Amino acid sequence: MIRKPISSGQPKAAASRRTALRAALAGLGAASLAGCDRLSNNAAFVDVLKSTQHLSHGAQRLVAGRKAMAQEFSQADVAAHFKANGTLAPRDADYQALMKDGFADWKLQVGGLVDAPAAFTLAELRAMPSRTQITRHDCVEGWSTIGKWKGVPLSHLLALVKPRPQAKFVVFRCADSMEDPNASADSRYYESVDMDDAYHVQTVLAYELNDAPLPVANGAPLRARIERQLGYKHAKYLMRVELVERFDQIRGGQGGYWEDNGYEWYAGI
Amino acid sequence: MTSPAPNRIYRHRLPVRVMHWINVICLTILLMSGLQIFNAHPALYWGKDSSFAQPWVAIGALNAPGGGVTGVTTIAGHRFSTDGVLGASKVGGEGAKVVRAFPSWATIPGPQWLSMGRHWHFFFAWLFVLNGIAYVAYAIASGHLTRDLLPTRAELRQIGRSIKDHLLFRHETGAAATRYNVLQNLAYLAVIFGLLPLVIVAGMAMSPRLDAVAAGWVDLLGGRQSARTLHFLAATGLLLFVLVHLFEVLINGAWNQIRSMLTGWYVLPVDDKRTKP
Repeated sequence: MIRKPISSGQPKAAASRRTALRAALAGLGAASLAGCDRLSNNAAFVDVLKSTQHLSHGAQRLVAGRKAMAQEFSQADVAAHFKANGTLAPRDADYQALMKDGFADWKLQVGGLVDAPAAFTLAELRAMPSRTQITRHDCVEGWSTIGKWKGVPLSHLLALVKPRPQAKFVVFRCADSMEDPNASADSRYYESVDMDDAYHVQTVLAYELNDAPLPVANGAPLRARIERQLGYKHAKYLMRVELVERFDQIRGGQGGYWEDNGYEWYAGI
Repeated sequence: MTSPAPNRIYRHRLPVRVMHWINVICLTILLMSGLQIFNAHPALYWGKDSSFAQPWVAIGALNAPGGGVTGVTTIAGHRFSTDGVLGASKVGGEGAKVVRAFPSWATIPGPQWLSMGRHWHFFFAWLFVLNGIAYVAYAIASGHLTRDLLPTRAELRQIGRSIKDHLLFRHETGAAATRYNVLQNLAYLAVIFGLLPLVIVAGMAMSPRLDAVAAGWVDLLGGRQSARTLHFLAATGLLLFVLVHLFEVLINGAWNQIRSMLTGWYVLPVDDKRTKP
């Protein structure tokens, strides 16, 4: 049995040293924790932490190419109830008026950096080519749920409106205010994706969930499906699709409602 | 006793020491920011998606009879009171208890803040993976793997004695202390080539973009929610390893051990049987 000379010879000194060590460790632990919290409020430090999203995006594009497909599932995998999250029923008066008429007066505006801006009714969108896919919806919170979507591929709409070459991002403008709809500040949900995701085969604007018209809780009448990113990219209650060169002058400048609240723009991780 | 062993040996080379301490920082931050992320949805499932009615583990809170909340943890249908630590605890030890799975002293950042926890987690995940790749490359290239980490046949045959020695807190002295013992070898190998790759692969399986690398590869882990469970279990395994590792350091001449990982130099413990009358 090995004993340090100090602990067998000078138990008292060793004990007090142990107490001191323990106190020092506890103090160090508490100080590190407080330090982490201070660093979390330091903009420059947080920028360093957040910079890895570019590394992640680049690396992930390398191993899962621009056109790599998200996993698709079978009918048996579809969840009995597709969990809805975020806004479940927009309180905005203009949305409620549209909803009352079964979205008969609703139109999707598609504009921005395009040569042929257009607006489409729900009936027109339903008459276009469609894609049906059973995919898994992964929330940033950690849960997943599998649903069957039917919608018009975004690439089809883009071909109709003829994007200009300088268009780099597609911005989704939504009907739902995340905060008080009557407040002066605009808090309506918005999101953005790059052209890789905009033209991706599985990027559809969905009007059906599980073979039924898209329920209000899940984004009626139309929502985006961005299958290789987390749930907050899949904007619901779509009103307008806008092609832009940059999004830093839109609202908080980070490219989306949750991005303006600290989440990563690249949500593939 | 055979010839006296040299008193001091150079046990840990500089790259190993540097990578060890980078790993300490990374694992600590990854664990604590991971608990912060877990808190956003404190339940674990097995399968492709979340069977919300049947998590195998869930941490939550109930209304306490006298007002306020009380923390409970449910594992495989059995409910345990974990109030004050899991499910409901005081943030920073102050104020009224709030509903949160892991307490603020175990998470980075302390307050409930998912987006910030993710920033910490992914930054240090990159550092951790790059450090791990560098370590494995170094271990193979320098001979550290074959010389120090892989047990010899003879050492493997001694496994029964090694287990007994550990249970009796009896440790190597003299020349024997210049090498890792066989249980140490097996523990390190299981962590380096088992738990660490598992925690990384299961973490990657939760990334929707990486799921698109090859159709259905995540199903090899049982699906995305199983991957989240495996990520959590592997992290728990790593924490247990660290606790045993720290315990072994503490009972085996803590300062000598820590110093050897700082300076490289380790003082060989003398066999005190020799000094007995």
